[in-house]
Amino acid sequence: MKHSLVLLVNEERYELEIRPNRTLLEVIREDLGLTGTKEGCGTGECGACTVLLDGEPVNACLTLALQAQGKKVTTIEGLAKGGILHPLQEAFIRHGAIQCGFCTPGMILTAKALLDKKPKPEEIEIREALVGNLCRCTGYQKIVEAILSLTHSSGKTGL
Amino acid sequence: MTLRKFDFYHPCSLEELYELLERYGNRAKLIAGGTDLVVQMKEKKIAPDAVIDLLGLTELQGMDRREEGLRIGATVKLSTLENAYILIEQWGLLASAAHRVGSLQVRNRATIGGNLCNASPAADMAPPLLVMEAMVTLSSRKDDRRIPIESFFIGPGLTVLRPEELLKEIIIPPQPPHSFGVYLKLGRRKSMDLAIVSVAALLTLSPDKKNCKRARIAMGSVAPTPVRAIETERLLEGNTLNEDLINEASRRAEEECRPISDLRSTEAYRKEMVGVLVRRALRQALMAKV
Repeated sequence: MKHSLVLLVNEERYELEIRPNRTLLEVIREDLGLTGTKEGCGTGECGACTVLLDGEPVNACLTLALQAQGKKVTTIEGLAKGGILHPLQEAFIRHGAIQCGFCTPGMILTAKALLDKKPKPEEIEIREALVGNLCRCTGYQKIVEAILSLTHSSGKTGL
Repeated sequence: MTLRKFDFYHPCSLEELYELLERYGNRAKLIAGGTDLVVQMKEKKIAPDAVIDLLGLTELQGMDRREEGLRIGATVKLSTLENAYILIEQWGLLASAAHRVGSLQVRNRATIGGNLCNASPAADMAPPLLVMEAMVTLSSRKDDRRIPIESFFIGPGLTVLRPEELLKEIIIPPQPPHSFGVYLKLGRRKSMDLAIVSVAALLTLSPDKKNCKRARIAMGSVAPTPVRAIETERLLEGNTLNEDLINEASRRAEEECRPISDLRSTEAYRKEMVGVLVRRALRQALMAKV
């Protein structure tokens, strides 16, 4: 039996009819066509599917879509505004924090949730926040540098 | 990895939930954060006919201080526990154990009740609750029964919960003053890993710190369920906590635990590491200002 589902994705309201066995990740990618959110392991180990659920990073691959009923979901597509990239996206580009790009949406969303809560985290706090986001291009150093660059007062300086 | 079909329910009252449990019995699975359940469903280890969401039930939410101690609703998230001020004073080792689970993404969904009901021998919430002698309330339409956490687990993935019952809340009694608690977890990496072994210790020392008045030690991943190290506790209690006693207790814990060899570790390594973690925990207690 299909259930009705209301989601607020990137500030847009969606009304869907879905079967209960769909994960939030499947609905975001297949029904909404927002393919920026990736499926890596599918078992909550890699963080490629990270989205923000009411502002908190979660693994969309382990969240039943119906459990997100009425909640606010932020995906990577929701960060740029009016064609202008989010400062985190700019920082990742500037610092070469992207190689293959598969982990990047998850990395940026986890980092966004951290900076929304704590605009000037220490490096160790950044590394701790990112433990659930794996990068197989071994780009962690540049990713941490990109996020750290936004914690300086100008928001533009390098390390 | 698609999930098999199932019916989904989101009850908003216990009454509604009891009815569903009675109707489906073992064919239903309860879901809170889903971080264990959905993985097991994806891996086809289980295929429930119905999945019942517990997150709409207010009776399972929140934390509050009562005369009998601290009540924690079964669906309180681990990310809430790790940051909960209410825990700091007496129940802090639960917060530090919550912080050691998985990743931020996992802790933002995973719940204390889910961690316990999944009944992994490595469940991070279990050793702290064992040393603090927590009680759990199991609820069904017929009645609510309260049992010590120690008799909740019966084997890997198995608990005393009946098909028509659910875990409603955890009650942690007030802890003795001047107690020091610590949770130590050994994994291959710091995060995103299950424990090879884990140890929780809660010690009450005399004000001059010489005498160990009370000792509670629990271990994870060394038996079919999380367990207390009763013999090690007896060895410590009433004695002077010094380096000799610490070494003796560490050996006793090694002998007392009954681990298996599996993909994460050998039996021999686990035994030795139990000794190491117990020694570290006791040294920390000796050095701590309580």
